[in-house]
Amino acid sequence: MLFSPARTLERPRPRLSASVGRFVRHLGWRQAPVIFAVAVLVSLVVIAVTIPWWTPYDPIGLAGRRLQPPSAAHWLGTDALGRDVLVRTLYGARYSLPIAVSVLIVAVGIGVAVGALAGFLGGIVDNVLMRLADITLAFPPVLLAMAIAASLGPGLVNTALALIIVWWPIYARLMRAQVLNVKKLDHVDAAIVGGVKPGRLLVKHIMPLCWSPILVNMTMDVGQVILLAAGLSFIGLGAQPPTPEWGQMIAEGASNFYCWWIALGPGMAIFLVSLSSNFLGDALRDVSDPRGRQ
Amino acid sequence: MSLPLLDIRGLAVTIPTRDGERTAVSNVDFSVQRGEVVGLVGESGSGKSLSMLAVMGLLPRHFGISGSIRFDGEEICGASERRLRALRGKRIAMVFQDPMTALNPVKTIGTQIVEMVRLHNPGLSRRELRAKALSLLEAVAIPAPERRFDQYPHEFSGGMRQRVVIAIAIANDPDLLIADEPTTALDVTIQAQIVEIFARLREERGMAIVLITHDLGLVAGLADRMSVLYAGRVTERGPVEPLFATPRHPYTASLLAAVPSIDDVSERLHAIPGTPPSLADRPPGCPFEPRCGFAVSACRMSEPDLLRFDRSVVACHRAGELSLATLMQEPA
Amino acid sequence: MLKVVVQRLFVMPFLLLGIVTATFLLAQFTKGNPLVSIIGARNLDNPEIVAAAKARWGLDGSVPERYAVYVWNLVHGDLGTSFRTKQPVLTDLLQRLPATLELVICAMIVGTIGGIVLAIISAEFRNTFADHLARLIALTGSCLPVFWLGLIALFLFSVQMKLLPGPGRLDIRAVAPPTVTGFMLIDTLLARDGSAFLDALRHLVLPSLVLGWSVVGIIARMVRASMLDVLGQDYITMARAKGAGRLRVLIHHALANALIPALTILGFTFAYLITGSVLVETIFSWPGIGSYAVDAARSLDYPAITGVTIIGGLGFLIANLLTDIAYAAADPRMREAG
Repeated sequence: MLFSPARTLERPRPRLSASVGRFVRHLGWRQAPVIFAVAVLVSLVVIAVTIPWWTPYDPIGLAGRRLQPPSAAHWLGTDALGRDVLVRTLYGARYSLPIAVSVLIVAVGIGVAVGALAGFLGGIVDNVLMRLADITLAFPPVLLAMAIAASLGPGLVNTALALIIVWWPIYARLMRAQVLNVKKLDHVDAAIVGGVKPGRLLVKHIMPLCWSPILVNMTMDVGQVILLAAGLSFIGLGAQPPTPEWGQMIAEGASNFYCWWIALGPGMAIFLVSLSSNFLGDALRDVSDPRGRQ
Repeated sequence: MSLPLLDIRGLAVTIPTRDGERTAVSNVDFSVQRGEVVGLVGESGSGKSLSMLAVMGLLPRHFGISGSIRFDGEEICGASERRLRALRGKRIAMVFQDPMTALNPVKTIGTQIVEMVRLHNPGLSRRELRAKALSLLEAVAIPAPERRFDQYPHEFSGGMRQRVVIAIAIANDPDLLIADEPTTALDVTIQAQIVEIFARLREERGMAIVLITHDLGLVAGLADRMSVLYAGRVTERGPVEPLFATPRHPYTASLLAAVPSIDDVSERLHAIPGTPPSLADRPPGCPFEPRCGFAVSACRMSEPDLLRFDRSVVACHRAGELSLATLMQEPA
Repeated sequence: MLKVVVQRLFVMPFLLLGIVTATFLLAQFTKGNPLVSIIGARNLDNPEIVAAAKARWGLDGSVPERYAVYVWNLVHGDLGTSFRTKQPVLTDLLQRLPATLELVICAMIVGTIGGIVLAIISAEFRNTFADHLARLIALTGSCLPVFWLGLIALFLFSVQMKLLPGPGRLDIRAVAPPTVTGFMLIDTLLARDGSAFLDALRHLVLPSLVLGWSVVGIIARMVRASMLDVLGQDYITMARAKGAGRLRVLIHHALANALIPALTILGFTFAYLITGSVLVETIFSWPGIGSYAVDAARSLDYPAITGVTIIGGLGFLIANLLTDIAYAAADPRMREAG
């Protein structure tokens, strides 16, 4: 009888699906941070989607008198143009969240593709791709993003582009390291001996085992992307007025320094999202790598 | 008999786990006289090290300890951290199992010996401390102590490191030295040298030593009395010579049979079949029953009490009727 | 150890060239016409002025030519002339570097001390309320936007409570000491001006706390993890068996070992501090490189923004090199291997 190692050696199950199961089972009071994070993110998404139907004020239109402190009519007061700060803050979720998520999806897409190829092929491809990543990583992120945003011109789309350029090499490195590790596993050897073609080997046998740390990092980076995007908007390179983007709103708060309430809402919003993404990322890491739990 | 230096009664250690408390050590009695060497023998996980860490007060805080530990007449089980700290290193010292990990990698050997001396003699000058440390290095036969003083642990071989660990332990002339598997991690030739150091310490300084080990050869060479632990309980205890000659517990007998000897023509290692019970599923009867070749139905029903036979104490239902001396010649 | 450092040193010129090339290419994508910011929109119709400006700022010639000129100039320490300040960029940067360094160093001290203290509390009281609280404090620092925190801190402590001074490095009415090192704390001391020194110190408090807190999270997380690792080691039990007190064991034995792996994040922390300082300097009107970069980016001042980016990249490379050296020097086992 012919012995086919590819068939006898079972491919390890991708850890992620198992992780999610364990994750759900362990939802107890210890998971307070996770519950908090999910609550924050879910409600922000719901708000972002539904807000035009139920807000009493327009986010860029006059809502009342200028620079009013918080009151019953305007819970977080009004800004220098008489716009309702709370409404603008809630509208802000329509910009920050989609930007962060799309930046990460594109950056991870590029990074994963580059990292997988570099790790899988090795040699000159690996060298060229990784040196490219090294050079990008040699810049302090904010300076690179500023230079890019400045040269492309201010605006949300260009900010997003700049952030993608900043973030892809991180994932390229991560993915490359993962691929190199998985390549050493027995089932890969077995698949090679079994005659699996290289493309299929990479996509079907190697990549499914590489996703855990990528996903954990993605979750954590949502907060980081939002922070940097807001920072760029704050210094005037991102969203332009009158867009109710959080960083941009804080800049408006800074120019009306004594009206503390203008910056309060957007600041807290950034903080909550960032904190939630960290909580969620931590929890994901715990379930995907039980050894690391401390 | 005079007041024992160390007197442990009914010691129990429980470890909290996700599924409730697990008893790792239960009802252990153990005593050491001044200047006496006592072997504490058992397989890994039998509770030897845990018992001795309990004496030092070094168990993790969330472990549960009960029973009585008297040192020189003073109850130290549950004593204050301050009191224990004064005893540790001064009157009770410890030699760790693995010399590769017992020394702090980022501090010089000298610093680590000096620390031990200075912690308990705060008044000494730098020069006195150094002189004391050098004399300790000499006492454990480390060549060129002056040069060695400023070196880091990674510059020492395993045997040399264990000498340093011993030098640190004996720095303040403790009354009691607890040696946890002091030779396990070492080469055979080095083992002999370390054993010699222990023999000399006992001779010259009259130090009482607790020798935690699973090496019965070591016990035979050094100890006056021994206690055998199995699954956190004492199974047999008594003076070394009669215990080696006529073991009364089947476990002790099989331990003795498992020691490879040069005379053994069969050239077979006599392993004890099976594994010790895990903390989780403890049988209601004698913990050794599943692995015992002499078990009867009574052994499954209840745990045997410790009973006195001649000069030793044994926890076995059949201790009175079995003659196990022959077991060592003809393994089961 | 030496091997790693030499390797780094060897790669550095290549990375630098990469950085330079990248910034040059980036500048080629510029949408806005830099001439506008040089001579103003009104003069664009005047060919003479345009030609003169182009020649003066090296805007003529093909891309490879410009690249060659650019690299040649860089090698000679010429980062170009700022459109905005009309000064050589290098001069501008050197003038502003001490202010940024002063702030970043103070923030680093705050962040390191804060991070280590929180990590020790966290590791010692693992999984208790104190641990959770310490971790939350650390995490909060990395999740709060620094520019917002700076704003709120200024409002609370300076405007409301009047505890600390407002933006800037010195009181507006104060006479600045003669510039010797550029570090305000040192210059005021050199000038033997005690009250100015205190004033400078008080001005540093808020920005360095805000900036420092933003890196507490990274440091605390790393140190906590390696502390937990170290606390399980035999030599820790051994130190306790010697009769050493809990604090002595934690600081002398555990921390000394735990900090070595934690050193690897120094370079990473630096990147965070640069990001933070750009924003914090803007809020606190701090005359450093960060606020210079923001001004340059806002006014499309190309030579300036590229200059900052290159210097930032160089600084980052140096920080990483120092990290390697520190890491190697801290561990006696590595020292040996060199």
